[in-house]
Amino acid sequence: MLAYQEKPVKIIVPIKQVPETGNVKMDPQTGTMIRSGAAAVVNPLDLYAIEAALRLRERHGGSVTVVSMGPPAAIKAIREAIAMGCDGGVLVSDRKFAGSDTWATSYTLAAAIRWMGGSDLIVAGERATDGDTAQVGPGLAAWLDVPLATYVAHITHASEAGISVERLTEEGYQQVELALPALLTVVKEIATVRLPTLRGKKRARQTEVPLLTAADLDLDGARLGLKGSPTKVVKIARPKVARGGERVAVNGDPAAAVDALIAFLEQRQLVTGGRQ
Amino acid sequence: MSFIWTIAEQHDGELKAVSFELLARGRALADALDTRLASVLIGAEVSEAQLQELVVRGADEVYYIEDRRLAEFVCESWSNTLATLVRQYQPAVILAAATSTGRTLMPHLAVKLNAGLTADCTELAIEAGTDNLLQTRPAIGGNIMATIKTPDNRPQMATVRPRSTVPLPRDPQRAGKIIRVPADEAEVETRVRVLGCRTDAEDFVNLEEAEVVVAGGKGMKRAENFALLRDLAAQLDAMVGASRDAVDRGWIGYPHQIGLSGKTISPKLYIGAGISGSIQHLAGIKTAETIVSVNRDPDAPLHSIADFAIVGDLFEVVPELTRRLKALKAAET
Repeated sequence: MLAYQEKPVKIIVPIKQVPETGNVKMDPQTGTMIRSGAAAVVNPLDLYAIEAALRLRERHGGSVTVVSMGPPAAIKAIREAIAMGCDGGVLVSDRKFAGSDTWATSYTLAAAIRWMGGSDLIVAGERATDGDTAQVGPGLAAWLDVPLATYVAHITHASEAGISVERLTEEGYQQVELALPALLTVVKEIATVRLPTLRGKKRARQTEVPLLTAADLDLDGARLGLKGSPTKVVKIARPKVARGGERVAVNGDPAAAVDALIAFLEQRQLVTGGRQ
Repeated sequence: MSFIWTIAEQHDGELKAVSFELLARGRALADALDTRLASVLIGAEVSEAQLQELVVRGADEVYYIEDRRLAEFVCESWSNTLATLVRQYQPAVILAAATSTGRTLMPHLAVKLNAGLTADCTELAIEAGTDNLLQTRPAIGGNIMATIKTPDNRPQMATVRPRSTVPLPRDPQRAGKIIRVPADEAEVETRVRVLGCRTDAEDFVNLEEAEVVVAGGKGMKRAENFALLRDLAAQLDAMVGASRDAVDRGWIGYPHQIGLSGKTISPKLYIGAGISGSIQHLAGIKTAETIVSVNRDPDAPLHSIADFAIVGDLFEVVPELTRRLKALKAAET
């Protein structure tokens, strides 16, 4: 992806609309989130993918298009992405897709990306903050049969032939080079996210967003939505996470508070040795 | 044969603890189904003793796919290689760790195999009557626990949160078979080239495997003050974590970030200092065994989910705690 190359680079960013978690309240009794009234936003981790894609476009030219699968209201997420600077977006929406697990979602999104004519690079968020699976990105790479690098923290080099990245793993930053087309999932470390501009917001309102339904895509009906999903949710439970633990106030005597803490840690065998 | 498989992980020829945790999970399932448990390891230059260790920790069989070109994790070639092995042996269940490797490999493999996959499980059980695998996982930042099954597709696949269970004790008497499987030339070919691994990163930390984590937030006030936490961490053999607030202010690097946009940890002990406890941060620590909170604000949400809360100034409490732990250690020796 050299600058001034003949063929402009096409980047696709799959995004998801999720309930906002930023301003939600916590139930003090259970310690769980009170979700009612939570607004829908672009998955915060997808913003890093959008940012990374926009920066690549700024350096190497080309286009950045988002694609989102969700209810019709998810068009708002696409417009937000355009307001940040993306060139356009595609909404994939059909009741037939409702209840898709990550397998069926990645299957459907892969078909949408093929409909869009494919891309040189797909940049996805690490995971969505609601489902929290991190499975759609790798799933997409498998359906589209493109090389994959997950947990990308830095893009070190990009050329027409390939892209070099650093993956954040448990052991350090794994450095890999991928042939294009390829798919990356990125972590927060990749870049600081820009805010939408007024001009961008105006453009977002004026940009036409194509709506794709199941009929528009080359899909096997048996692989869609709840019915086409291999996994089934059997039960949802709300765990009580408040522990109602001990509480001491320092009130000018930190030594006494620390005494109490050490006694507690000893009782739980979290520190060794007898008390002095 | 309704085998149970676990995908073992190694680094530089050394098995990771999570490989044994998976075997403990797999053993329970295999016993419930009265079937055999196999562990699959991909890599190069892993010693016979290390392979035997998988048997000692619960495996009936070990499939070792050895190839120099598979030494480092590359999703494409590992997934291709495993897919062939799965088609050949048809395990009923495949468990992998919810690590950067497992969470990349398993969704890729699940697509190839038309299999159902559940991420980051903290509980696994066999459903009476159907023998289906019941997979329970925290979702929406740990606010719900979802139980999921895959009734029709096989294999049933799950990634398991590291440190969510303890390994079985070593049983040196256990007998098991070690089977070396040659890698297929075509499958090892990949469009991804591993250039190296940068571990020199000054700020690098593997929080997910830490037994004790000491974390700081906005209340730390400045980067230099994290030295207080490093001192405390040294006494507890702990690793230092941070809230998003602290990372975003540039006080400490992103690999230290705990929470929704950082790492999810399950240490034995977590101590949060100057961390109010946003929903996002709490999502990353809910499966910690013991939570201790130090914060001046009596209304800090972290206090309400803590096992032990100190309402007070961390700049008084943390150094005092460090001093006391140091004294305890000195008294011991």
